[in-house]
Amino acid sequence: MEYEAVIGLEVHVQLLTESKMFCGCSAKFGAEPNTQACPVCLGFPGVLPVLNRKAVEFAIRMALAVEGEVQPFCVFARKSYFYPDLPKGYQISQYELPLCIGGYIEIETDGGKKRVGITRIHLEEDAGKLVHEEAYVEAGTSLFDGNRCGVPLLEIVSEPDIRNPKEAHDYLVRLRQLVMYLGICDGNMEEGSIRCDANVSVRPKGSKELGTKTEVKNMNSFRNVQRALEAEISRQIRVLEAGGKIEQETLLWDPEREVVEPMRSKEFAHDYRYFPDPDLVPLYIENEWIEKVRSELPELPWRRKERFVAELGLPEYDSEVLTSERETADYFEDVVASGVPPKAASNWVMGEVLRVLKEERVGMDAFRKRIGPDRLAELIKLVQAGTVSGSIAKKVFEEMRTDPSSPKEIVEKKGLAQISDEVELSRIVDDVLSEHPQEVERYRAGKVQLLGFFVGQVMKKTRGKANPKLVNRLIREKLG
Amino acid sequence: MAVTLEDVEKVAYLARLKLSGEKGRFISQLNRILDYIAQLEELDTGGVPPTSHVLPLKNVFREDEARPSVPREELMANAPAEHMGYFKVPRAIE
Ligand SMILES: [Zn+2]
Repeated sequence: MEYEAVIGLEVHVQLLTESKMFCGCSAKFGAEPNTQACPVCLGFPGVLPVLNRKAVEFAIRMALAVEGEVQPFCVFARKSYFYPDLPKGYQISQYELPLCIGGYIEIETDGGKKRVGITRIHLEEDAGKLVHEEAYVEAGTSLFDGNRCGVPLLEIVSEPDIRNPKEAHDYLVRLRQLVMYLGICDGNMEEGSIRCDANVSVRPKGSKELGTKTEVKNMNSFRNVQRALEAEISRQIRVLEAGGKIEQETLLWDPEREVVEPMRSKEFAHDYRYFPDPDLVPLYIENEWIEKVRSELPELPWRRKERFVAELGLPEYDSEVLTSERETADYFEDVVASGVPPKAASNWVMGEVLRVLKEERVGMDAFRKRIGPDRLAELIKLVQAGTVSGSIAKKVFEEMRTDPSSPKEIVEKKGLAQISDEVELSRIVDDVLSEHPQEVERYRAGKVQLLGFFVGQVMKKTRGKANPKLVNRLIREKLG
Repeated sequence: MAVTLEDVEKVAYLARLKLSGEKGRFISQLNRILDYIAQLEELDTGGVPPTSHVLPLKNVFREDEARPSVPREELMANAPAEHMGYFKVPRAIE
């Protein structure tokens, strides 16, 4: 029998605020254990949480970007459970009245564009971190670090609209791109800034009924999400084919062994007893606030991509690559604004610039400080004016990585200017032709492909500086 | 719906309370509380929105500014056990 999967994703996005959700502790990653914690986030008796305005604003941004409905009234609730990473004994979350209902994220599939519905988006606080595995952890104990306790998270719950692991992967890629565009998350998967859990079931293809679902956790990279889902889907199919039944359970993905396994936690009672948190007053989000946030939204990646195609005449592929990160698209547009034709700017940004970012593992911000878009534009203009050839321009670009001079100065300093002097080139072409009498004969006998050979020889003699158009013309004239 | 011994045991488990002989007492006390609350059902609350907070307050915010946290020694002063700057807790996974 042919099966299809039904997948819904719950994604936790760590918001890029300075401070935590309900106290002024820093929300930065990587500090020494328990140096960014206080009585509020560790839930000491008698403390009162106060809501971070920015966290709410970020949530509204996300809601608007996915065209969800920001709720005029929402309430924070306590989700109660005991686990050593949660000192309060409850997590502050939202339950019956989340901040946003509805919306969608569009992905590309083989069958065209597809909308993955968003069920809800709500704010909640992160739990702390437990260390179990290190050598210094005594048997029978774990170590607790409260630095992450109370860091603001946005939980984005999708509808069960996803049909295969590839779609889940693409949805996550889009989601990450979006939160980074919105400036509400740093998108760093290794540091856990985006975490994903999945609800998975399978059913005979074409069936309308839903199978029993399992929850898969601990998929901390795009690749892991795809692999974990593939593993879980084939596991469920194997169970059904063997006449078995799917147990509703929570599974953990083990990326090393590439298997999903039942969670090893002891006594995890799924009875959260949600109730409104009496320490926090209700949140009324007025239209005025929503409209203000809307007016400040950046252009969304897919809109920007469409604009690059429609207005700048770029190919789809270029537009997709350039808009994948906001900083790249900004840089590209700044190059264009400096008077470079879009396609030429695109070739340089997609080629040389992205290559350097990858090679040096630096961000666009750092790169921009070294080679600003105006300096790159100046270089591209030198190519277009015929001052340097394309391949020489790449050499100049290499110099620009460490030399802050203008491209023009580098060309002069290094003697890289293109030779467009007809008298000089003519002499060099004559030299080349006299050095290769056999090839000249064959060319004259009809082997015109040898033109490239002669051009190559001239380039060799001029170390790439000869104006290729002029060289072509001169060779043709002399042999014609 | 009256509170049973099972309910008391479940609530105690969820709250990680170890009860011994007093379970019977809790059954009757919890039932009395529920009876008292049940008086509300005599009222027609059809048009009344659910209360989410007892104070007439809304939208209390703080600005997103980080400030130094409490010194770790103070934070851990009452911790039963610690190790290398961490709180030491009973192991929760096998
Ligand atoms: Zn704190």
